[in-house]
Amino acid sequence: MAAQIFSAIFVIIIGVGGCVAYFWGANRLLDLIFPSRGVSGAAAINNLRRQGYVRPWLFVGPALIILAVYLIYPVVATLWLSFFDRGGTSFVGLANYEWAVGDHDLRNSIFNNILWLAVVPAACTFLGLIIAVLTDKIWWGTIAKSLIFLPLAISFVGASVIWKFIYEYRGEGQVQIGLINAIIQYFGGQPQVWISLPFWNNFFLMVILIWIQTGFAMVILSSALRGIPEETLEAAVIDGANPFQIFWKIMVPQIWGTIAVVWTTITILVLKVFDIVLTMTNGQWNTQVLANLMFDWMFRGGGDFGRGATIAIIIMIAVIPIMVWNIRQANKETGGH
Amino acid sequence: MATKTGKSFIGRFGVHIAVLVFVAIWTIPTLGILVSSLRDKDQIVASGWWNSFASSSQSEAGRLPGASAQTQKDGKYVIEGNIFGDGPKREISAFGVKSSAPTQYKAGSVADLNDGVTLQMNADGGFVLSSSKAFEGDRGQRVYFASSAPPKFTTDNYDAVLFSEGIGRSFMNSLTVTIPATVIPILIAAFAAYALAWMRFPGRALLIAVIIGLLVVPLQMSLIPLLRLYNGVGAFFGVPSKTYLGIWLAHTGFGLPFAIYLLRSYIAGLPREIMESARIDGASDFEIFVKIVLPLSFPVLASFAIFQFLWVWNDLLVAMVFLGTGPDQIVLTAKLNALLGSRGGKWEILTTSAFITIIVPLFVFFSLQRYFVRGLLAGSVKGG
Repeated sequence: MAAQIFSAIFVIIIGVGGCVAYFWGANRLLDLIFPSRGVSGAAAINNLRRQGYVRPWLFVGPALIILAVYLIYPVVATLWLSFFDRGGTSFVGLANYEWAVGDHDLRNSIFNNILWLAVVPAACTFLGLIIAVLTDKIWWGTIAKSLIFLPLAISFVGASVIWKFIYEYRGEGQVQIGLINAIIQYFGGQPQVWISLPFWNNFFLMVILIWIQTGFAMVILSSALRGIPEETLEAAVIDGANPFQIFWKIMVPQIWGTIAVVWTTITILVLKVFDIVLTMTNGQWNTQVLANLMFDWMFRGGGDFGRGATIAIIIMIAVIPIMVWNIRQANKETGGH
Repeated sequence: MATKTGKSFIGRFGVHIAVLVFVAIWTIPTLGILVSSLRDKDQIVASGWWNSFASSSQSEAGRLPGASAQTQKDGKYVIEGNIFGDGPKREISAFGVKSSAPTQYKAGSVADLNDGVTLQMNADGGFVLSSSKAFEGDRGQRVYFASSAPPKFTTDNYDAVLFSEGIGRSFMNSLTVTIPATVIPILIAAFAAYALAWMRFPGRALLIAVIIGLLVVPLQMSLIPLLRLYNGVGAFFGVPSKTYLGIWLAHTGFGLPFAIYLLRSYIAGLPREIMESARIDGASDFEIFVKIVLPLSFPVLASFAIFQFLWVWNDLLVAMVFLGTGPDQIVLTAKLNALLGSRGGKWEILTTSAFITIIVPLFVFFSLQRYFVRGLLAGSVKGG
């Protein structure tokens, strides 16, 4: 273990040192090849211009290479592999896609993913907005927000253990140590095995993600609410609007843009949801989702890369509209700078 | 705003109650595992954690000593002793000798067991079994009793989990993955962000668009080709394909689009005058970057560092694909996932392990919340 710590520290020094050495060295080299100091005026201007051509690429170079290897190449390769068999060696045309259309597990995953998409972003945004508005009105709002925000720092696996403990079911006659079953038993109800309850178990898994992500929605919406001009609220009060009218007709319309951002961010997260399903049910009892199914296919029986890639493409297709919207928004906003 | 809406007392009271309910729902689950991780492992299953400060009661069964322990007293045969022996003492409220009626007699009372045999059992576990005839046989009398143990808190679970379940080792593995995977992307992204914000070169706008597009590309798109690539490289050079170096680079790649996006929007917002006056003084881009831009960008660098740290520390998917599951490589999240399978009902192990995995993020989060929130706002509100 000590060896591991040393090697980690060593690698940090090498890695960071390497980065620093590259950037510093490359610049130094450029200055040596095209000197701008200590040469005649015309030559200096010429060399400065040449430096201007090269230097940006020295700066973005490492980032470009890593992005190309780890993101751009794989996107193309995944698309390519989705037309190949399990080992990725022989071309099978659209066979994987035909399989995808007919496969029961995959259909179930798509159905569940749609359920998640319908519930989680809406619930997070709605709860986040409500909490943001309410905490703005009380003196201990900052503390409350901080506590609601806290689950955002917890890993999905950790959160799954936390909620598995809440949902814990113990056989009849035993003491219920899961909070929900204990409450139900206290009021005379029948304890349930929540995570295998058909259909509804999906919602019990969603609760975990909502619990994690509401804090994110709350923080962002809370800051957007602060940006609403005081005068519009004052005018509404003078006109006799009640708090609900102020909320729905004055506040919400002014922060639509932010609501859309929060919604889409959580939507992308939901499409990729994997850890929660893996740790809670591993897709049993009809709770499978695309990301977990893909992981399953990557490693099941030595792995089927063709089908795994096909599932990745399905996830990607769902993300593309958001991607296009994002790029458009960014272009509008930066306006060329 | 606070004075303008919800003026009535009931309205304000309602707001306090509502927020209190939300805070309760959002904190109680975490509190549950923290409290449970500190409880005695027998008590975890004997009562809900919310009862952990009350004595927990449970039904127990035991056997009295056999005939060899009998003594003669006042013409009677007597077996005396304490049901708990030398073990931890609990308080007995009732006892019985039939499994169908385990709490038939109150503690301290004398039970008549027929044939002239009587049993008295006290609250402290002391018992007197007496009979007019001699006892026979080695198997003593079976007794049932309801006991209540005082609340017991212990750090034994932490000891067990850290040193014998392998969580301590996984903690080190997680640190080994996380720290380089946080530091490496910062430098690479900062240089790229500066170039994209302040240097003019062909293809810059396209590059920015590509990076914004890559922001939302699902990780799943990268997994299979990279796994093949890693396997190929490993086989070609005859080295293992699952290495720390591999996962550092993978996390760097996956974190770069957000890093560049976040840093670029901040660096582009730095005042133009500072850059221009430095340029007029003869500073090169490299000098401007190192001496002016980097120090000024500290807040956003901190924001990104926190994001990346939390993301890498909490990641399960990338670790499961690119890192092995042996004790020298398995990270905390993967270890916790494995424990869920192998230690299913053992809540003392699961709650303690879960708490250890979340303690570092919680610490980072609480100490650096300001930067974290700033990064969140800069990273997502821009689109609005």
